[in-house]
Amino acid sequence: MPIVLDEVAFDYPDGTPAVESVSLHVKDGERVAIVGQNGAGKTTTVKLMNGLLKPRSGAVTVDGESTANRTTAMMAQTVGYVFQNPDDQIFTSSVQSELEYMPKYLRWEEVRRDERVARAVALCGLEQHLETNPNDLPIAIRKFIAIGAILVGECRYIILDEPTAGLDVPGLRLLNSLIDHLQTEGIAVVTITHDMRFVTESFDRVVAMAGGTVVADGPCEEVFADDDVLKRARIRRPEVAQLVRDLGIPTTALRLDDIVHKIP
Amino acid sequence: MALATLRGVSFTYAYTNEPALRDINLTLEEGLLYAIIGPNASGKSTLCALLRGIVPLFHEGELTGSAEIRGRNLFDWDPAELSREIGYVFENPFTQISGIKETVFEEIALGLENLGMPSDEVIDRVEQVVEQLELGALVAKNPNELSGGQRQKVAFASIIAMDADVIVIDEPTSQLDPESSDAVFAIIANLKKKGKSIVLVEHKMDLVAQYADRVIALNGGRLVIEGPTSEVFTSPLLNASDIARPAVTDLAEALAKVGRPLARTPVTRAEAADLIRARMKGGPRANRSR
Repeated sequence: MPIVLDEVAFDYPDGTPAVESVSLHVKDGERVAIVGQNGAGKTTTVKLMNGLLKPRSGAVTVDGESTANRTTAMMAQTVGYVFQNPDDQIFTSSVQSELEYMPKYLRWEEVRRDERVARAVALCGLEQHLETNPNDLPIAIRKFIAIGAILVGECRYIILDEPTAGLDVPGLRLLNSLIDHLQTEGIAVVTITHDMRFVTESFDRVVAMAGGTVVADGPCEEVFADDDVLKRARIRRPEVAQLVRDLGIPTTALRLDDIVHKIP
Repeated sequence: MALATLRGVSFTYAYTNEPALRDINLTLEEGLLYAIIGPNASGKSTLCALLRGIVPLFHEGELTGSAEIRGRNLFDWDPAELSREIGYVFENPFTQISGIKETVFEEIALGLENLGMPSDEVIDRVEQVVEQLELGALVAKNPNELSGGQRQKVAFASIIAMDADVIVIDEPTSQLDPESSDAVFAIIANLKKKGKSIVLVEHKMDLVAQYADRVIALNGGRLVIEGPTSEVFTSPLLNASDIARPAVTDLAEALAKVGRPLARTPVTRAEAADLIRARMKGGPRANRSR
């Protein structure tokens, strides 16, 4: 059962529209990247998906149920949202206690809790840091703590808001393998990102937004082939994809590994 | 006079065991754009903070070796004077924004007011920066209500307004979309043209390749290599240290691996395009002759 946004509108507190007539769906195990300029309505859209925001008009349903009828706490069990700034999310004094906070709050049995925490620790590479205060760790590791805390829950949809900002090569590698792993578990991953190389390496579908509306929604190859969409959403092709385009090489390939074979 | 001369500099933050910087020997010249690159926790932010004296004057710890900033030992600087000479934009805009001003306009003006600048001059200067960074729509907003990307631009604007000779920026574009990132780098390039010295930390290697004069690569607190941008990005030392390179440099390496190397290794898209175009024109014979 999917997340469905049907003709959704939402206004900022000062009354200016943040998103207008947005319709899209996210299916089980899908990997969807939402792209567009700062202020395009990306964060509002994902906050509507997990019920942090309720629409002014239109409907948001998750697994067939309207988010309007469910509390934020209930929704957080289904659609996990990892904040852009990990410090908006992390609040306890050790990595271990941060990861255990939710299961303890929900009074999970110890076995279930330990199993879920161990899985999150392994997926996020946090083995070395369990006793450390998150504030003493660099931002890249704090980002994985924030992701880990969400993964402890049994969400079937995970939203990652700007996960690659500030990550280095090993961090990106870990993030990509984490996303691959979630797909094998049938968990859908939705990301907001400005990193187009990340989009084309790890995601199947792109939703391009501009001015609070969806201007394109489709497979990466299709969306990145459309100059008009790129212009309207003010986004770029990944560097090497733009290079082959500049050279007039006829291909819609986007990933570096594929492009290598297209260059004469 | 050099912007900074570091001789055998190591720094360990108070209450930690591992040094954040280890035996750094480095001379930074004035009037250039330096990019500091490296994995997380490699010492990039600490090096930035050292150039501005935040380490060790504010964040305490043990500094060994000698650090000279603009010809004067770091410890001989008056912190307030150093803060006027060297503008510093924090990595996390949430750290920098004062939280005590109710509008973006006042936030950008705060540093100038602290310098004791007459208010009509402050207003002029803020208006210029607002125009330059296209912040017009935000000036009346509360800084605490801005998005991450907007805050980052405001933090940047506050420092640009100060008009220091040297500007140190820890990750100016981490939360910005590609268009805004380009705009920030265009402004930085323009500042350099006006004679400013710029030192910045950046993870977007395509932008570094395009704009930086020289690159400082760090790993585990040690200097891996410092040199002209294209020399650093094509150095085997980088790859061995797991430091990201421009996408076209990765592409060139992938082409070499499948037995079709380019004539030389490009670091910018324009260079890569020229090299591939030359090969396409030359046809298969030109390829063979190489």
